[in-house]
This record gives sequence, C-alpha cells and structure tokens, in this order.
Amino acid sequence: MIEVDHLTKQFGPIIAVDDVSFTVGRGEVVGFLGPNGAGKSTTMKMITGFLRPTSGTARICEFDVLEDPIDVKKRIGYLPEGAPMWPDMTTGAFMAFIARVRGFDGVEARERIAGAIGQTQLASVLEQPIDTLSKGYKRRVGLAQALLHDPEVLILDEPTDGLDPNQKHEVRELISGMASDKAIVVSTHILEEVEAVCTRAIIIAKGRVVADCTPEELLSRAPEHNSVTVRSDDPSAVRSALLGLEGVAEVDAVDGTLVRVHPKPGAVVVDAIAAALREAAVAVDEIHLERGRLDDVFRQITTTG
Amino acid sequence: MNNTVIVFCREMTGYFATPLAYVFIVIFLALSGALTFFAGGFFESDQASLIPFFNFHPWLYLILIPAISMRLWAEERRTGTIELLMTLPVTLTAIVLGKFFAAWAFSGVALAMTFPIWITVNYLGEPDNGVIFAAYCGSFLMAGGFLAIGSFVSALTKNQVIAFVVSATACFLFIAFGTSVVINAMTEWAPGWLIDFVRSLSFIDHYSAIARGKLDVRDVVYFISVIVLFLFLNGVAVERSKASS
Repeated sequence: MIEVDHLTKQFGPIIAVDDVSFTVGRGEVVGFLGPNGAGKSTTMKMITGFLRPTSGTARICEFDVLEDPIDVKKRIGYLPEGAPMWPDMTTGAFMAFIARVRGFDGVEARERIAGAIGQTQLASVLEQPIDTLSKGYKRRVGLAQALLHDPEVLILDEPTDGLDPNQKHEVRELISGMASDKAIVVSTHILEEVEAVCTRAIIIAKGRVVADCTPEELLSRAPEHNSVTVRSDDPSAVRSALLGLEGVAEVDAVDGTLVRVHPKPGAVVVDAIAAALREAAVAVDEIHLERGRLDDVFRQITTTG
Repeated sequence: MNNTVIVFCREMTGYFATPLAYVFIVIFLALSGALTFFAGGFFESDQASLIPFFNFHPWLYLILIPAISMRLWAEERRTGTIELLMTLPVTLTAIVLGKFFAAWAFSGVALAMTFPIWITVNYLGEPDNGVIFAAYCGSFLMAGGFLAIGSFVSALTKNQVIAFVVSATACFLFIAFGTSVVINAMTEWAPGWLIDFVRSLSFIDHYSAIARGKLDVRDVVYFISVIVLFLFLNGVAVERSKASS
C-alpha cells in the first residue's frame, strides 16, 4: 500500500535522502531506523506530501503523491516529528477541526472523535488547551489526530518519544492492535520497540537503505547471536566438557565464573550444551542463550556502511 | 471552498482564544479615538464629518496590521504546525485564503467596533452617511492590502519580530509613494510617467479617493489586485519555505 520509488532529496549540496525504495503492504508494521540525521523524517515528509522530492516519488494506495497529493493525504494518518499542534486550541477543538478537515460532519464526526479519543485515552483532557498538556498527552493527541479517519496507511514519526514506559507500552499495544488491516511505518530510536511491534525493520544511514529485513534476521547478524553463557563455580570443568562439542566454535572465559560458548555460524547449541554438562556432571548455576542485541547490530550497520 | 471555510473558522477562533484579539481591538479603538479627537481636531473642525477619523487609518494600520499578520505563517513555521496543516487533505490555496480572510475579517471586526464615532457624528450633526459608508469600505480594503503584504512577509521567515518590522517597512513604502516628500523628491529627475506610476502604487491616493466618497471601480480594483498579487506570492513563499523548515 506504500510504494516508495527511488526517493531522493537534496538540500543544496547535502543529499539528505539518496535513492530510497521500499514497499509496505497491508498488515505490515515497518520500523524505520537510523541515526539522527540519516533522513528518516525527510523520507516521511516526502511520503506524506509535505516535502517535494528532488527525484523519485511515492505512491499510497496507487495514488502518486506528486500527481494526486490530496488523494494521498486523505489515506494517510501522519504524526509529524515532535507532534506539532496549535498550542491555544483545546484538545476537543483540535479534534473537531481535524474531523471537519477530514470531511466528517455531525453525528459521524462526533463518533469518529469519540473513537479516537477513546483509543488514545484522552477523555480527561478534552477541555484543556494543548500547551498545558504534558508531553505524553500531547503525543497522544497527535496520535488521536492521525487515527481519526481510520486511515489505511499510518506514518508515525517517533510516536513514543518522550513517553514514560507505561505510555510507551500503551502506544505499542495500540499500534499492534491496528496492524492487521493497515500499512504502518514507525520511525524510532528505540530498538526494543522494533522487536516489540514491528514485522520488518528498515535501517537507513546517510540517506541510504542499509538493511531491510525482519527483526529476527537483524538479530541474527549480532556477533553474540545464539551464543550461550554458562555460570558455574568450576569454569574449567565447563570448558573441558564443552570443547569439541559439535557446533561449538570457541569457548571463552568471561570472568571467574562465567563462560561464553560461541557456536559455529548458524548452529544452535544450547540443548547440546545442557546435555553435555549434565553428562559430565558439572554443577551449573545458570545457562543463558544470548539473542544478541539490536543495539550492536544497529551500530555495526550504521557506522560501517 | 469548504476547506477555506474550515481553515477560516479555526483561525478566527484562534484569535479569540488568546488575549491578542482583545488587546488588538482595544488598542485600535483607543488609538483611533485619540488620534481623531486630539490630533485630528474633530471638534475644532466644527463639521459633521469623519474625515479626521479616516485620515489616520493608513498610519494606524501601518503599526497594527503587521501585528496581526506577523504570526500568520511565521508562527506555523516556528512551531512546525505547518507540517500538520499541509499534510491534511487541504490545498495550499485553501489555507492561504482561509488564513487571509480570517485576518481580514478580524481587522473588519475591529473597524466595525468604531461605530460609536459614527453615532456621535450623526448625533452632533447631519453628515453624509454615503460618504462615511464609502470611507469604511475604503478603510477595510486598505486593511486587506496591508494584510496581504504582511501575510506574504510572514511566510518568508520563522521570526515574528522580523516579520513585523519588514512588513511595517513594506507597508510604509506603499503609503510613502503617495506623499509629497517622495513625489517632490522625484520631480527633479524622474519622467512624468514614472512619477504617475509611483503615485498610482500608493495606498493613500486610492484610499483618500474612496474616503472622500468616490467609490471608484479603479480604486477598488487596485486594492483587490494588490491583495491577489501578494497572496499569490504568499503561496509561492510557503511552497519554497517548506524545503527549509
């Protein structure tokens, strides 16, 4: 439903977005990752028709953003970076304005507003001017505004920025709950969020797409992925029991009691290790399978690429 | 059209949601009253006419209109709401027109609030109410011209203070073109057609023609052309400014 077609944006001599292409289908939640200044927001601004691309285009539900900007904008719910809103308006007046602009009147408008307000739990602040709201509430008003017309495509630029852990959790639940019949793009810095809600991750760095895969595939690139750490009072016994085990590439001592077992590429060795340790009757306090850290993958991809 | 109305309503409620509207109206009324009675010699002229009142409008607008127009676009750019606005299914034309008409209607409200002076002059004597009506129309048109200029300038910057100073200067030029200072300075060297051209650009010339009761089509067309031209430039400026926001 979202088709990004060789988008490029140049600001003077700086190429902010360089030939970015990807597609997002119904039911997908794509995490859009990248260091600050990588071009995430610029890409989103071009998809939503705010910025005109230097070259390339984007299509939303078959509508070209350059040729039919209004049709595109009707089908997108967009939360801009920082959730900008008119500070003097109350939440209720703001939502009423959005409903009118989106073409809803009377009963339908009221139902839509009530729906969006309910989803984002804003009922208690309807009468408050937006600039008196806390950061978390503001972000939720921004989300409510994007959800009001039940769009097929949701583009959310850092929807959980500035929220506390509970609110982050709520927003993620909200996104997951809507995912089945929408195409959603979420930009974020928080990598755990990608694992929590996204079915796919796109990493961009210096304006280019450097990775486009599932979060699991991303994790499998981590140096520590599938390695096993074993804690025991007798690390040397652990070492000798595990060396030479099938699939084990290396056994490192991390500190006095901790041993890390690196598998050969692609091998999953945790069961074999457990069995081998039991067989050798080594007393073990803890066996832990490392999934690898997205942070490491992220750093590796965005700094070397 | 419908979207223009929606933007218009949002802007209009925006004015009255803050003290800005009330402060503006009070200052407008106080200044226009003070200028009429003290500087204009309303009573001393001993005539049932509002000429002393209307004569000061260009100068009043010079300061007060940029105060309305400065925030029109600069504020949206600074807070980033322009991004929200322009990713809603609304055309740029609808936004430009909605904002402009809201500001214009607001200045019209302030102008309409001066009605006690019209009552006063009718109480004191028998003025030509046709002339007064024409003068109100002229004043309103002139406010529209100033607003269009100010709106355009506001779209060029994120800084409201810069927007204010630059639009006040631009408006001043449009007034000054018609003053004897500029015309006299030009007679030395400029050809007659250039002087006529510069003079014809002046708000004062067109305004005072209307204010004297001569509601000439040409003067009306002049103000409307100024409004259309600057609103067009306004749209171009917004389109360009998005790249740098």
